[in-house]
Amino acid sequence: MTGNEAIAEAAIQAGCRHFFGYPITPQSELPEYMSKRLPEVGGVFLQAESEVAAINMLFGAAGAELPCVIVNIMRGGPGLGGIQPSQSDYFQATKGGGHGDYHLLVFAPHTIQEAVSLTMDAFDLADKYRNPVMVLGDGNMGQMMEPVVFKKNSGLKLPEKRWALTGAKGRPVNLIKSLYLDPQALEKHNLEINRKIQEMIANEVRVETYSVEDAEIVIVAYGTVARIAKTAIRVLRERGFKVGMIRPITVFPFPYSTFEEISGDLRKFLVVEMSLGQMVEDVKLGVCGKAPVEFYGRTGGVVPTYDEIVTETERLFKGVP
Amino acid sequence: MQVEQVKVFTRPKTLRPVVTHYCPGCGHGIVARLIAEIIDEFGIAEKTVGVAPVGCSVLLYNYLDIDMFEAAHGRAPAVATGCKRVHPELAVFTYQGDGDFASIGTAEAVHAAARGELITTIFINNAIYGMTGGQMAPTTLLGQKTSTSPQGRNSKVAGFPIRMAELLATLEGAKYIARTAVHDPKNVIQTKKSIRRAFETQLKGLGYSMVEILSQCPIGWHMTPPESTKWVQEKMMQYYPLGEFKISKEV
Ligand SMILES: Cc1ncc(C[n+]2csc(CCOP(=O)(O)OP(=O)(O)O)c2C)c(N)n1
Ligand code: SF4
Repeated sequence: MTGNEAIAEAAIQAGCRHFFGYPITPQSELPEYMSKRLPEVGGVFLQAESEVAAINMLFGAAGAELPCVIVNIMRGGPGLGGIQPSQSDYFQATKGGGHGDYHLLVFAPHTIQEAVSLTMDAFDLADKYRNPVMVLGDGNMGQMMEPVVFKKNSGLKLPEKRWALTGAKGRPVNLIKSLYLDPQALEKHNLEINRKIQEMIANEVRVETYSVEDAEIVIVAYGTVARIAKTAIRVLRERGFKVGMIRPITVFPFPYSTFEEISGDLRKFLVVEMSLGQMVEDVKLGVCGKAPVEFYGRTGGVVPTYDEIVTETERLFKGVP
Repeated sequence: MQVEQVKVFTRPKTLRPVVTHYCPGCGHGIVARLIAEIIDEFGIAEKTVGVAPVGCSVLLYNYLDIDMFEAAHGRAPAVATGCKRVHPELAVFTYQGDGDFASIGTAEAVHAAARGELITTIFINNAIYGMTGGQMAPTTLLGQKTSTSPQGRNSKVAGFPIRMAELLATLEGAKYIARTAVHDPKNVIQTKKSIRRAFETQLKGLGYSMVEILSQCPIGWHMTPPESTKWVQEKMMQYYPLGEFKISKEV
């Protein structure tokens, strides 16, 4: 299956029965798949008139502090940009694209199988925290095909949705809103959201470390770039270079502590992204000046090849500026 | 004996001598040519600005030799409004698909018309999202199969196709509203006449003008070009009657 189809099927298997969306390359296969599959399982597929309408339909379906899953398959920007894969939306996804003190929980899969399991977890965590969860892929992850296995749902016990608007039968009325004209009340609301975010930071960080034990240079990458980097690391190891990788699986919350732990004995970090440097800012925060952080990026839809990463890493080993 | 040669047909000056990206049998290319002909006939190439938002319409700026904006999906009438208000001496037009004009951009479409904005919209209704690969559009006919209405558009789930011309004709600010087609020579000629009247409505300062053009998309419809022209005639025109829904005495 392509990543787009696999994510759609994972969503259905995680219990998703309502989909509101709008076509755009490179993710149109996702709504297309939903339009075929959701009616088969008694669900509702609705093509909205715009993305703005789609997210507001979700709001109506689920309420504010939206327990929903958003799939962002990134392409090159800014503006209309292009349709080739990119990691252009890292800031928007992890630092918040709107106003107010909020964050999304953001997963960054690097294989289609991982996209499937993260999508299924995303549905659980959206309900657990009553917060939107994003699956952040790039055009490559959306369009690439790999065999996948659908496993059972995690079986996590989810909180009851007492806040939902279902008609106030036999209970006090519920109100869903984000307008708080009294600053004290709005501060309280933000602090409550923040409590949830702190809980996510404490409990939900996921990260993969790859051959870091003896590494002198550690590559940092997520999504498609991480799987290209794995090939680069194999080649570099064959040539005798001690290289490893840290791969954030959640880009929010970011695995800062992993960097704190290993920074001391390292020569260097090399952050590789399909952007001109977005995640690199979080890496610098994690490393906190204890080792140099270098950056290599391609942008506009250009995907770096493994030999570009090999060349760049070898250059750092040789200390060539 | 001397044979006098008279040129009866040539490429309009405003239409660049380049190969277009449109699929064989597509209606877009015909309309691009008609717009170029009208711009030349009015002699306004140097005082015309076009706005092309995404959709198969977007590459119009590669074909017309005039100043052009690219706009975000649905926002062309707002961009055109800004341009026209700052440069009232210009002829400003938007060139939009049905996903663009009748779905994501309906708010901009309705309000530009309601304000009587002195701009012209050329609206390509091909009952599908062409550029993104054949998803359902707001104009998709009931029962029509697309990649997001695989069983055919069902009004219980996806509502009914929008008739933009009739909708906008109800607005006071709209002064020329017509629907035409480009599937045969007779209709191409009528389309050209309507585009001329739309531009005239703008140039005379009368109000907003829009020409909705039924246009074949053989690729999105999974048809051959001849099948697609037949489909315009037999299916689309049933639901989308041609005609001038609003016209001022002055044009
Ligand atoms: C905000 C935004 N959403 C979605 C898209 C993806 N997109 C590009 S073209 C298009 C629709 C094209 O259909 P239409 O307007 O009917 O024009 P056609 O290609 O059929 O001429 C869409 C949805 C986009 N570019 N921007
Ligand atoms: S996809 Fe359809 S509208 Fe787009 S160029 Fe091809 S035929 Fe024309």
